[in-house]
Parts: sequence; structure tokens; C-alpha cells
Amino acid sequence: MNTNKTVKILKEKKETILELWTTKQKAEDSYFNTDDQKEDSEDFATSFLDALSDATIEDQNSRGYDKVHEVLMGISVSRAKRGFSPRETGSYLFSFKEALLEVLSNEIEDPSILYKESLKISKIIDNMAILTFEGYIKGREDVIARQTDEITEISTPVIRVWDGVVALPIIGTLDSARTQVVMENLLQQIVETGSTIAILDISGVPAVDSLVAQHLIKTVSATRLLGAECIISGIRPEIAQIVVHLGIDLSNIITKSTLASALQTAFNMLKLEVNKKKVTYTNS
Amino acid sequence: MTTILSKEDFIIVKEQDVVPFRNKVKEAAVKIGMGILNQTKLITAASELVRNLLKYGGGGMVIIESVNNGRENGIRLIFADKGPGIADVSLAMKDGYSTGKSLGLGLPGTKRLVNEFDIQSTVGMGTTVTIIKWKNG
Ligand SMILES: Nc1ncnc2c1ncn2[C@@H]1O[C@H](COP(=O)(O)OP(=O)(O)O)[C@@H](O)[C@H]1O
Ligand SMILES: [Mg+2]
Repeated sequence: MNTNKTVKILKEKKETILELWTTKQKAEDSYFNTDDQKEDSEDFATSFLDALSDATIEDQNSRGYDKVHEVLMGISVSRAKRGFSPRETGSYLFSFKEALLEVLSNEIEDPSILYKESLKISKIIDNMAILTFEGYIKGREDVIARQTDEITEISTPVIRVWDGVVALPIIGTLDSARTQVVMENLLQQIVETGSTIAILDISGVPAVDSLVAQHLIKTVSATRLLGAECIISGIRPEIAQIVVHLGIDLSNIITKSTLASALQTAFNMLKLEVNKKKVTYTNS
Repeated sequence: MTTILSKEDFIIVKEQDVVPFRNKVKEAAVKIGMGILNQTKLITAASELVRNLLKYGGGGMVIIESVNNGRENGIRLIFADKGPGIADVSLAMKDGYSTGKSLGLGLPGTKRLVNEFDIQSTVGMGTTVTIIKWKNG
């Protein structure tokens, strides 16, 4: 049984604490209205008050708070993902502290005891603040990782530039994950459109190192396995020099400096000719 | 005498650290007025070494420095990891040698792209590669 007065008061006044906290959250939080949020708050308050005991109130690092920390972490991560600001996420916990302290000040009359007890509660909550911070960052990182995946998908469009010719402009870094997406898209489009020529334009790739080169070579080989030819275009002069310095052999690959010249090559291969139209003027 | 004008360090532990790091190298190169060709050489070299640091060294630290040798400014990059190290450095420096099923051109290619190249490696202790690209080098 707990004999500490603060522990007793707080456990008994759970409803009051929740009410006070809700009011404070509504004031701080522009979005506060959903039932989930109420549920989150009840979960957190319950786990906090359950964890509070004669022993844990004296030690903010007690393992007794593990469950509370877990709940708080989950709430912080989910808030970050739902687009709450760091301030809103932080004030969630701090408004809880205010509610606890308010209840204490209503119940404890002796100012020196009140001061000591308030300090203990403050220490415990402040110790949890760092978790809110960590949880929030983790949530944001998850969001960023998801966005990166989405960008990878949308930034690898395969364009049908001519009957039998597809082009794929690559913008940004060609890492292993991206190459996989690029290659899959390209091969699928070659099959779907029945194309015999694919143009891979790398003008938007900032640096061609040996890994990027290896990925390009792999993509070209895969294209050839499908019976299509692959042209790499957009090799800037400085990139061409560096590829040579690195010792990368691209001699088996058709390379062109611009997309236009790659298209010209494609036309030649398809035995197509682009001519200026002869305009004949007739007097009427 | 090489004097250090400014210095910044980065912890590299995951694939996602590569692009921001490379952008920092570019920023440093632009700041000293390095031309586009040398810039691209430096960035490509940095890219090779940071990939090695991640893939073989299990991550580590990179220091980006602006330096001066009395005649011109340059960028010095130091890649340090506490990975397994390289048993035979001269073999690792050979074109086409790779224990990672890749092209084996990272180390020898990097050496050709920069002005100064130094590699120190101890098995079980880690690897440190230092490169300098001078502004007009
Ligand atoms: N930081 C490092 N730590 C341990 N081994 C390394 C490191 N960097 C390179 N190596 C070794 O040197 C070899 C050659 O590296 P490199 O020339 O970059 O080619 P690749 O990365 O294609 O293997 C690697 O396969 C690896 O065995
Ligand atoms: Mg390498």
C-alpha cells in the first residue's frame, strides 16, 4: 500500500486531472476534438498513475515507468505522423504536468511540502520530455522515409517518345534501391509497348561513380536480354572524363551527349528519317 | 605547410547520409571557387570513399576541411572507419579488385581523380583514407 500523500492524492483525483488536462489541451491544440485523442490521454494518464508509487515517485529513472514511456513514445510518434507541430507534441506532456501540479496545490496546504512534492512530479515529467522529442523525431523520420519511397516511384517515368522507342530520364542519385525501381519500370514498359529501343537519359544525375556505372551497365544488359537496345544519353563532358579516369569501360554501350542525338540514333536504327516538309505554294 | 581554414565533421552510418554529405562537399568546393570539372572529380571521389566506408567499414566519420598550401586553396577529406581494415592495401588499390562483387575501381579510380591520396589501414582496427583536391589541381 502506498503511504506517500502525493501518490494517494493523484490516484484519487484521476478524473479531475483528466478534466483539467483536457481543458488545457483544448486551449493549446488547434485540432483537439477527436475521440482517439481522448482515448490516448486516458491511456497515458492511467499508465502514469498506475506507475506512480512510494518507490517510483522518488526516482524518475525507475523501471516502473517503462510502460508509461512506451505509451508516451507511441503517442509522440503517431502525433508526428499526423502532422502535429513539435510544440503541440511537447505541450501535450507539459499540460499534463500542469494538471497534476494544479491538483496538488489544491490538496496540499503547507507550501514547503507542496514545493517538494511539485519538484518530484516535475522531475519525473521532465525526464519524459526527452522521450517525446525522440518519439517525434522518429515519427518524422518514418514520414520522410515513406516520402522518399514515393518520390523514387514518381520520379522514374518511362516516356514513349516514338513508336518502338521509350525514354527514361533519371534525375537525382542512382542508388541501389532506385536502380531496382528504374530497371523494373523500364523493362515492363519495353514489354508493354513492344519497344526495341530504350533511351536512358542521365543528364539529371549529379555524379556517376563506379556504383552508378555498374547499375547502368546492369540495366543495359537486362534490356538486351529482352531483345531491345539501350542508349545512354545526357553524358556531360565532365562526367565523360571522370568515367574514363575511374577506369569504367562503357565501350559496349551506345552513349550520346544529348537526348536529341540519342533519338536521332534510334531513328537510324529503326531506319526512320525525319525530313523537313516540302511546302508548295499554289496561287489560288 | 598545409594550413586548415575551416573544418566540419559528419557521422555516416546509413545510405541516406550519403547525399547530404556529398552536397556538403560540393558546397565546400564551390566556396573556394573550384571549377566544375574539379568539383565533379572531388564529389565522385568522395562518393566512392563514402560508399566504401559504409559498405566495408560499417560506417564512420568524415571530416571536410578547406586547406591552403601557401599557393592555393583546396579541399581535404578524411574518411575514418573502425571496420575490419584491409589486409593487403596494394591489392585493394588494383583496378578491378573487389571483395564486394562490384567493379573494384573505387580506390584506384579515386586516386586518379584527386591530387593527394593516402590510405592507412590496420586489420581489426579500421581504415583511414585522406584525399586532397586543389582548386586548380
Ligand atoms: N573502408 C574499407 N574497409 C575495409 N575494406 C575496404 C574499405 N575500402 C575498400 N576496402 C576493400 O578494398 C576493395 C576495393 O575497393 P574499391 O576499389 O572501392 O572497389 P569496390 O568497392 O568495387 O569493391 C574492396 O572490395 C574492399 O575489400
Ligand atoms: Mg568501392
